[in-house]
This record gives sequence, structure tokens and C-alpha cells, in this order.
Amino acid sequence: MKLVVSSSPHVVSPESVPFLMRQVVFALLPALAAAAYFFGPYAVFLVVVSTGTAVACEAVWQKITGRPVSVHDWSAVITGILLAYNLPPRAPWWLAVVGSAFAIIVAKQLFGGLGHNFINPALAGRAFLLASWPAAMTSWVTPFDARTTATPLPLLIPKGQELAGVAAPSYWDLFAGAVPGCLGETSALALLAGGLYLVWRRVIDWRIPAWYLGTAAVLGWILGGPRGLFGGDPLYHLLAGGLILGAFFMATDWVTTPVTRRGRVIFAVGCGILTVLIRVYGGYPEGVSYSILLMNLATPLIDRYTVPRQFGAPARPPRAPAARPPQTGHGHAHHAPAREGR
Amino acid sequence: MTARTFTGGIHPAYQKLTAHTPIRDLPPPPQAVIPLHQHTGAPCHPLVQKGDTVLLGQKLGDTEAPVAAPVHASLPGKVVAVEPRPHPAGRDVPAVVVEWDGSDATVDVQPHPDPDDLDPAKIAAIIREGGLVGLGGAAFPTAVKVRPPEGTVIDTYILNGAECEPFLTADHRLMVENPEQIVLGLRALMRAAGAPRAIVAIEDNKPDALEAMAGATRGMPGVSVEAVHTKYPQGSEKHLIKALLGREVPSGGLPFHVGVIVSNVGTAAAAGELFATGMPLVRRVVTVTGRVKEPANLRVPIGTPFSALVEAAGGFDGEPLKVVAGGPMMGVAQYTLDAPVVKGTSGVLVLGPEDRIPEPTSCVRCGRCVESCPMRLLPLYLEAYYRAGMIDQTETLHAMDCIECGCCSWVCPARRPLVQSIRMAKMEIAARRRRAAS
Repeated sequence: MKLVVSSSPHVVSPESVPFLMRQVVFALLPALAAAAYFFGPYAVFLVVVSTGTAVACEAVWQKITGRPVSVHDWSAVITGILLAYNLPPRAPWWLAVVGSAFAIIVAKQLFGGLGHNFINPALAGRAFLLASWPAAMTSWVTPFDARTTATPLPLLIPKGQELAGVAAPSYWDLFAGAVPGCLGETSALALLAGGLYLVWRRVIDWRIPAWYLGTAAVLGWILGGPRGLFGGDPLYHLLAGGLILGAFFMATDWVTTPVTRRGRVIFAVGCGILTVLIRVYGGYPEGVSYSILLMNLATPLIDRYTVPRQFGAPARPPRAPAARPPQTGHGHAHHAPAREGR
Repeated sequence: MTARTFTGGIHPAYQKLTAHTPIRDLPPPPQAVIPLHQHTGAPCHPLVQKGDTVLLGQKLGDTEAPVAAPVHASLPGKVVAVEPRPHPAGRDVPAVVVEWDGSDATVDVQPHPDPDDLDPAKIAAIIREGGLVGLGGAAFPTAVKVRPPEGTVIDTYILNGAECEPFLTADHRLMVENPEQIVLGLRALMRAAGAPRAIVAIEDNKPDALEAMAGATRGMPGVSVEAVHTKYPQGSEKHLIKALLGREVPSGGLPFHVGVIVSNVGTAAAAGELFATGMPLVRRVVTVTGRVKEPANLRVPIGTPFSALVEAAGGFDGEPLKVVAGGPMMGVAQYTLDAPVVKGTSGVLVLGPEDRIPEPTSCVRCGRCVESCPMRLLPLYLEAYYRAGMIDQTETLHAMDCIECGCCSWVCPARRPLVQSIRMAKMEIAARRRRAAS
């Protein structure tokens, strides 16, 4: 009889990485249904193209670089869906292909694959598309009849008043998603359903969406109104644009956000402040993507300065680790010497 | 007010298959392998040699070292070998092998049924001669624990009946079946330590044990029974103290630094037996569970080989993958069933092929290890620094505070061996400190 000898613990949680990633995919499906309803089957086609490209790029890249193919972890599926959700509903299909390929290959695989990228791949893909094809990335259409229009987001801010003839949509239309915008970001209702599911299943930390949305609402009220200070409409700030999508599905990306509780709060507050500053004072109306990308860059620093006071330690300023630990290999290369045999 | 829990921890599947299985006495095996080192501290020297005849309860080994406990014969018979044998800790340890003569010939023992009449130092001496060690797994000599350094004031004795490891039910059954014996032992331990107050802490998934212990302690001044949350590692002594008293044992410190002593209920039961009958620690209750045909709680002579326990539990149910001494979270995987039950063996757990832990994948920085760490460490960073050979960084991030509970490894969705790496880092740090000191 041959017995396996390894060091404890001898049991593990049933919640594996693929399991948790699948929960995120489930949570993204209501928004897909909303996109199909408001923007038609072409929106769904874009999501399929983007997701297929992401998975194919990951598999092919890993094959040619001789790494184990890890598309079964479902992370590329999420990146593909999120990238599509950040596209205009009538974006040309090749935009989805280019953005998705950039997200997977440049933002994720070139840095070592899942766990080693330092910015959110879908957002990096979106930023790349926005810089390269700004017109195609900002040509919005109205729900149902697909007339060319603007998004309601600029109505928030003082300079938005110049958009003559565009009526602000009702709160209900904003909440349900019957407004122009990126195909996966308009329906707060569908995104909240998925996001709250993830919070309930503890796939994501509630602190990030709570602090992000709270900060954006308060600061939006203070800075974000056409009538000057304290004239903003917090509810409008929450519902317009990609804030809810970003707060529940992008700012909660494990890989690129802090791991400590305090760090996550700092991260989320930072995202909220940057989002409102960009929306109100920036040259581009939507601040969610860039705020999260900028905070992604601050993540190692935040982790470094939010080391928790360990149990039994005297209250004192935490000592910081020197830097983000170096990568010691990729994926399956990290085999533990202590795993089998002692 | 008192907190009833602590931050961190996990909720594994409890799988207490034997929670309602009464303790069954197992007859002595044909041979008992009694290691001379069954406790934290110095090993014993043998007091017998091959060919000697010994009686049940006779001392087989002892030492002058301050932190140690003697070992006794768990059955009467002939010493057939004094030599290194497999020990559940994973290495061979000098042991006395006794072949049972079929009798129940016992040494003269003297009971002390009323410990309240005894001097505390005398109680500690009886406990030492009785070979008592912590039966929860760590096996720290009890006589040393109940007599903390001069000047230490102990205000609370905590009796640890949490039994937070999945699968294990030995303490649970002892509390349900032998509460009076536990209480007698607790009285002796409290008196030895000079503790005016005691709390019996039991996880709230054991209502029958809570009820039995409440009944047995009714009317005892200063003794209360408290339910604590069912959560792993609730039975960690530092976390039990935090949950019950709101006190944090300082980093690098011990419970007596905050006026507390914690003992396992199994230890109190053994003390109760020692004072009631005079018989030293020669047997204990072991939960034999997992992939065996009839999971059981067995009271067995120390030195009984694991193979006899598996047999008494109906044999393996299917092909075994692992046999673990202790619980699944902190137990030690065995390479041979020849290893014997020692004082610290709380369970024998058989795991099957479905329990094989998948290969690790990349850390996704989900932070679940951080969230679950009851010591509030950063396991993912400790592991990364250890793997990069940056031992100084692991020390800076308090690797030495790790209690090795394994929550981080359990919760890791990428199946990374986090606690295993931290354990290696701790060994490296300890080795460096020894080198620096010499």
C-alpha cells in the first residue's frame, strides 16, 4: 500500500479558481440580456466575437510560447466579455477582435499570464482602442431604433449644458438601461443583479463597490453639478456611464487590486475621486476606465503601506514590505517542493 | 464585553461522522510500541531493557530535563525491544516495545480523589509523575504548564472543548460521556495553577456536550460553560482567549502572559482519571474516521499501531490515499500504519482518492488567504518572498507569528501550498537565529 505523504492541510475548499471565475461569468449574463434587448442581436454578436477572440488568443499564445494552456480557468472568457461590454453597441466587429487580442496578449500574457498582469486587461484593451480609433469608440446609438446620438453622461457637468436639444433621460431609463452608451454598461439593474450575486457568494469584496460608489456619489454631489458646488445629482452620477459596471466588475478584479481590507477601501475611494475629477474636469466625459487603470498602478504601493497589524502585535505603524515580490515562474511552473514527499 | 469570536478563520465541511458514536474500549494489541518521546521537550531515557517484564502503568522512561514527561507501560508483558521505531511525527524515535502477556497485572497506584486537599506543588508533582501532556495535539507537558514562572498571576483557566478540526470527535464524546471525570481533572488543574475562575469553551455545534458540561459544573464556584462560534481555528488557544476574554496574547508570548492557561478537555479527562484512580496516562480516546467502513471513537492503549485502529474501524473503505494522524487541517500524513498512537494522537483520518489536492496554479491575488488568516498575516506575500529566497522579507512580514493552522492553504482557490511555504520560511528564520546566537 502506497500512502501519499504531504504537509497539512489535507483538505481544501471546493471553491477553485475556475469555479469562482464561472461565478463572474454568470453574474455578467443579465447585462448581456439587457444589451440584447436594448441594442439588438448585433450586440450579442460582438460579445461572442470578443470572447471567442480572447479565448483563442490565450490558447494560441500559450501554445506557441510552450506554456500550459490555461483557458479552462475561465479568466479569458471574463476579459472577452468585459472588453465587449466597453464597446459601442454598433462598433465594427474587428474592433472587438483587435481590442480583445490586445487585452489578452499585450496586457495579460506578455506580463506572464493570469496573476502577473498589473493592469486590468479589458480596460487596457479599451484604452488602446479609444486611443487608436476614437471616432469608432464614441459613436453612440439610441436603444431600440439605433439612431446616432450622444450618451447622457455629459449632461452631468457644466460644459455638458452645451449639448442643446438632448433631454436628460429619466432615472428609470437610466436604471433599466434604455439610454445610449457602451453595450454592457447601460443597465444598472442587470449589473446590480450580477454584482450583488458576487457579493453574496463572496466572490468579490463588498468594500470595493460600496466605497467606490459611495465616494463617487458624494464627490459627484459636491463637484459635479452645473450649478457649482453641492449642486450635483448623486443618483445621476451613479447611474450614468460605466460606474456600476466598473465598480462591481472591473475595480474588483483580484489580480490588479489590493489584497488587504484597508487597501481595498483606499483603492475604491481613489477610484471614486478620480472618476468624478475626470468626469467633471477632464477632456473626456467617462472617468471610470482611466480611474481604475490609474489605481491599478498604485496597487503595489497600497499593499505595501496597508500591512495589517498582526494578532498580538502592539499598535504601531506597520512596517512595509520592500516591494511587490518578484515573479518566480509562470502558472504550473510553481510546483511546491513540499507537496508530495517530505 | 467579551467578544465571542476573532477575525479570520474558515468554515470547512465538518464531517463529524462519529459525533454520536459512543466511545468503545479496544483491548490491548499483541504488541505496543511506546515511543520515549511523546511530548514537547527533551526525550526520555529508557528505564527498562530488552527481556524485562513490566506491569501496566510502570514507568518505562524518564529524564531530568525540566520540560518533559515520563512514559509508562500501557499493557503488562515483556519488553521485546528498545530501539528506534516509526513515530506519527514522521521520523523514527527510540521506543520500548512491549509484548502483552494477556494479563491485567498493574503497578500499585494511589488515587487522590480530592485534589482540593492537596498542595498545588504536590498536584503538579502528581501530574508530572502521571506523564500528563496536552492531549490536543501539541503535547506540552502539563506539569510545566500549570506552574508558570514565579510572579505570574493566573486569573482564568480555559478548558478547550472547541474541537474545531473537521472529523474529530474524541473530545466531544468525552464531554458527553465523562463530564464528571473532566470536572475532577479541571479542579486539579485549577488548584495547581491557582486559578480562581475557569471557562469551559465548546463550539456551538455540540449542544449535547454543552449540556453535559453545564450539568457537571453546576454549582462549581467560578466555573462557567460558554458556547463559541463553530469556526476553524476556534480551538487555537490564542484565539480562544481572544474570543472569550478579548485579550490578545502578545506576539511571541504565551497565554500565561495575559493571565490565562488553556488545556484541552482530553487533558482534563486524563487528569481526572489520574486523580480518581492513580493510573498514569496509558490510554486515550482516538477518533478513527474518514474512508473506513465503521468510523469509531476508540479508547486505546498508547502504543497501539494505527493498523489495529483501522482494523477496529472495519478496515479501509476503498483504496486509501492518505492516513493522517490528527485532523485534516493540522494532522501529519503517515507513510506507514506501523506508527503507534501516542499521547498527542487525537485521530486517525483516512482520506481517499477524491481528496487528492490538485496541482497549484498561479496566485490570482484574490486575497482570500489574507481574509482568512487568524493572525492577520499576508500569506500570499510570505509565500512569494519565501519562493524568491527573500527570507528577511518573510521575517519582516511576521512569518514567525504564523500558527500554521492552514486556513490560507485551505481557502486558496489556486491550491497554492501557502502554509507549507511559510512553515519552511519559519524553519529557515529559526536556523538563522540559531546561527546568529552561536
